[in-house]
Amino acid sequence: MSEQATARYRNDFLKEVEKNVEEGHWVKMCMQCGVCAGSCPLGPAWAHPPQEIFMMIRAGKREEVLTSDSMWMCTSCYNCIVRCPRQLPITHIMHGLANYAHRLGLAPKGQPTQATATLFWNNLIKKGRVNELTFSLALYFKDGFVQGIKNALNMQAVGLGLMKAKRLNPMEILGGHGVKDQAGLQAMIAKAREIEDRKKGFAK
Amino acid sequence: MAKKEYAFYPGCSSQKGASASNYLTSVNAMCDKLDVTITEIPDWNCCGASIGYAEGGELPRLALSARNFALAETHMPGKEMVATCAACWLAQREVKERLDHSEVLLKETNEALAAAGLQYQGTTPIRHMVEVLIEDLGYDALKQPVVKPLQGIKFAGYVGCQTNRPFGIAGESFENPVYLDKLVETVGGEAVPYDQKVTCCGGALAFSEPEKSQKQIRDIVESAYDHGAEMIVTPCPLCQANVEIYQSEINKKQGTKFSMPVLYYSQLMTIAYGGSAKEAGLDGQLIKATKLEEIAKK
Repeated sequence: MSEQATARYRNDFLKEVEKNVEEGHWVKMCMQCGVCAGSCPLGPAWAHPPQEIFMMIRAGKREEVLTSDSMWMCTSCYNCIVRCPRQLPITHIMHGLANYAHRLGLAPKGQPTQATATLFWNNLIKKGRVNELTFSLALYFKDGFVQGIKNALNMQAVGLGLMKAKRLNPMEILGGHGVKDQAGLQAMIAKAREIEDRKKGFAK
Repeated sequence: MAKKEYAFYPGCSSQKGASASNYLTSVNAMCDKLDVTITEIPDWNCCGASIGYAEGGELPRLALSARNFALAETHMPGKEMVATCAACWLAQREVKERLDHSEVLLKETNEALAAAGLQYQGTTPIRHMVEVLIEDLGYDALKQPVVKPLQGIKFAGYVGCQTNRPFGIAGESFENPVYLDKLVETVGGEAVPYDQKVTCCGGALAFSEPEKSQKQIRDIVESAYDHGAEMIVTPCPLCQANVEIYQSEINKKQGTKFSMPVLYYSQLMTIAYGGSAKEAGLDGQLIKATKLEEIAKK
């Protein structure tokens, strides 16, 4: 769907990122100091730390950047933002890149944080508020029924403990909390998505 | 003390039967004792939390937080918005900053809001409950209602990420914020120095990358033990849940014997102000805070 929209950037991935990725216009400001890499709690888990991703964007390595699972290691701790000597909103750029890769269908298949994020968003958007019970169950069962039962049994003690402490309510299975103005909420999200898709070249 | 009133944004995890429901219980009791009135914003919605970006993208996320502002502006004009959840507060602040600095995003967000019959005006500031406590009331006023000082209990103040970065509490450093230690001391407890005060617990990756996240949690709990703490105290619902819930998982997998209670600042204050264990939501602890329960019974 995005072939046409991104064709004009084929030779300039930086321009594409500046135009289509949240806060992407900051990428060119990176001075390659690497403080972000040293500040990240998941530093050892990255194939490419942020400053490397930024240089790869400038070098036009579109495929390598968008298919990387590096951005998916972001825990949203904001350490990189407060330590960046040039005050780049690195956390937001990583989020933006992850979302862009996902929307283009280029995020690594089965990437656990990507899958979790999709379940989470779909859960919260359904009624406007998160249903922790159905979210947990969806998470356990995301890799199939058998794995789901295994996961649920593994976490059984934790789940029962939370229920006993009244911090997990089995009755949430019936729907649980939600906003009253469902129609308004859904219309608002649909409109926001429509504008964003048009702007970023995702419109069908 | 002058009565203070705020438009309250409790957030999903504070709802009845959700993972931080005991946070809200203690916040209500604490506010009662401090004569602070918090009135729930009618029909508020989820902020998208720290992981909503990946599926939700930019504008739908902005619209979610903008809707909360618009509801507060419509139904509770002139009132400041206060959030107790770190991620709710952070999301609202981020969105406010984006909308107040970009005419394009403001226009597009309002176009989306119009579909729900709402409009964002940008007149409502967003505060964290901790800011209300230390800025609007001040440590002296917070000390006054103390009737049962938490004497002899050593706390590791675990500030974590999202009330600390990127905005933080005014005047505090990102690397070593001291407001939480000061709150502990204000209610008579002892704040131990330790080196994992602002370490990330893994956040939402506790679900998707349990091993990586549990390494973070182990570092935090271990350091609290090493420095003599008996309990951890935090201002963030996800920090609380992650650091408390996964101790048993870490014990199971790694043979540790962690059993460190993890509390909210509001629970400490409620107990110190003479509230019951129930009012402080201590029945919501997976790892019982026995010493606090004993003080409550006195």
